[in-house]
Amino acid sequence: MLFTPSNPGSIVALVDCNNFYVSCERVFNPMLEGVPTVVLSNNDGCVVARSEEAKALGIRMTVPLFKIKDLVKVHNVQALSSNYTLYGDMSARVMEILSQFTPEREQYSIDESFLNLTGLPCPDLTEYGREMRATVRACTGIPVSVGIAETKTLAKVANRLAKKSRKAGGTLNLVGSPYVEEALKRTAVEDVWGVGPQYAKLLRRHRIENALQLRDAPDAWVKQHMTIVGLRMVHELRGIPCIPLELAPPPKKGLCVSRSFGHPIETLVEMEEAVATYAARATGKVRKEKRAATSLVITLETNPFKPAEPQYFNSYLLEFPTPTQSTPEVIHMALEALRKIFRPGYKYKRAGVLFPELVPEDQVQASLFDLVDRDRSRTLMTAVDQVQKKQGRNILAFAAQGSQRWQTRFEHRTPRYTTRWDELLRVKAA
Amino acid sequence: MPKHRIQLVALSPAPGDLLPLFLSRVPAGFPSPAEDYVEGRIDLNRLLIRKPAATFLVQVVGDSMEGDGIHEGDRLIVVKGKRVRAGMVVIAVLNSDLMVKRYQTRGGRAVLESSNPKYKPLEIPDGAELEIWGVVEYVIHPL
Repeated sequence: MLFTPSNPGSIVALVDCNNFYVSCERVFNPMLEGVPTVVLSNNDGCVVARSEEAKALGIRMTVPLFKIKDLVKVHNVQALSSNYTLYGDMSARVMEILSQFTPEREQYSIDESFLNLTGLPCPDLTEYGREMRATVRACTGIPVSVGIAETKTLAKVANRLAKKSRKAGGTLNLVGSPYVEEALKRTAVEDVWGVGPQYAKLLRRHRIENALQLRDAPDAWVKQHMTIVGLRMVHELRGIPCIPLELAPPPKKGLCVSRSFGHPIETLVEMEEAVATYAARATGKVRKEKRAATSLVITLETNPFKPAEPQYFNSYLLEFPTPTQSTPEVIHMALEALRKIFRPGYKYKRAGVLFPELVPEDQVQASLFDLVDRDRSRTLMTAVDQVQKKQGRNILAFAAQGSQRWQTRFEHRTPRYTTRWDELLRVKAA
Repeated sequence: MPKHRIQLVALSPAPGDLLPLFLSRVPAGFPSPAEDYVEGRIDLNRLLIRKPAATFLVQVVGDSMEGDGIHEGDRLIVVKGKRVRAGMVVIAVLNSDLMVKRYQTRGGRAVLESSNPKYKPLEIPDGAELEIWGVVEYVIHPL
């Protein structure tokens, strides 16, 4: 059966969740509604999400908790540890529902997706956007904003205005709209997708302050000052799609596991445990992506927020004799690298394991001098991965990972409502 | 002193054992009278959870719904986004509390009923906002 698409030109929607982490928490705790709420990063260090009420109090993103301690006390701001397990699952649910509205969806981050609406038989795009919003809200409790336009960059403009403007009511469609220029005028140049603080400074110096002025800047000038990437962005502002949807995420070139510690680490023994754990996790991720690591970098840092304490930052690069996916092998080399740079007498706040270059796993070529039984190692790693998948990451670990006392703190984390049988939301029959 | 020797037993056929080889091709499997009637096994996940993205599990605290077979500690399969009709058991948000009750309408007013004589029905006053968190579809009660 043929249908004539009512929208022959390119149409893209950007759907993103409002204050996502806070919104997730509010689904399971209605007492947080209307109350200033923030979510804190690993180790309860910095604010990574704020409710509208918290924003109104002047709490900014990434501000360390200790800096707003008084504000928190006076206004009874609810400060929660991040519950990434929960947010990850809620994100998957939102995205699953959005996928019902179009077969082509590009996930841009944990809480936003671009949807390709080109050629879909929906004569009223605004209504379609409203339906998306209402369905996500009804089925998951998460509020989202929808911006629809001919290009990704314009969809981002629309989305931002949809969120901010009360009149828009959470959905804004700029396709064929007489208000496009008004919308661009109301978008400051730093709020355009692809314009960072440096470009914003440059543009303002040349009297380009909003998206409309940027749109109308001459091509030659844009190309000269912002490269071809900038020109693409300006064309997108003009309604010419230049950035296609990426439906399959490109394989990541490098991979990194880096965390700060719950309490500072001072001994080599504890640091070895931490590095071994990060190495194990990173190698697990490498196997999941069907790749192999060719080298690693170990990084060590003291706490830069405590300048009174002696400071030490260092890193060490180690190349592998053969690309590998084997955790025990990577742990062994990670610890070797660590011992080269670890110095006693410092209070380390953070360490990291980074694989700067990954290759596809079928490119692993054993060298003549390879002493490792690759098949046996692969069998072992597959078994470990399967147990961890079924029973959780903490059931099985390599001895070098140790007692884990330095793990990140989550003092105020809410239960994992959707992934743990024993942490379900309690409802009252009373 | 007797010598102890460890005897190694091979698990794979030693050279010399020959496995019989079929000389003609045999169709995979045997012709089964059940062939045309084979069905997938009962999958509770698929049967009980038809919209996984909108389905949540919760746990009950309290005894006000015992008359409906919902006991303290039971877990409920709740679906969000379903249209609420009078007579359904729901999770309702009242004064920021999440409660499990049966939703009824009486004379244009919403009422939340319990199924335990110890508890009186809760009438929702005019103007008060009643939010339905989800509809309870199944109760999981271990015996």
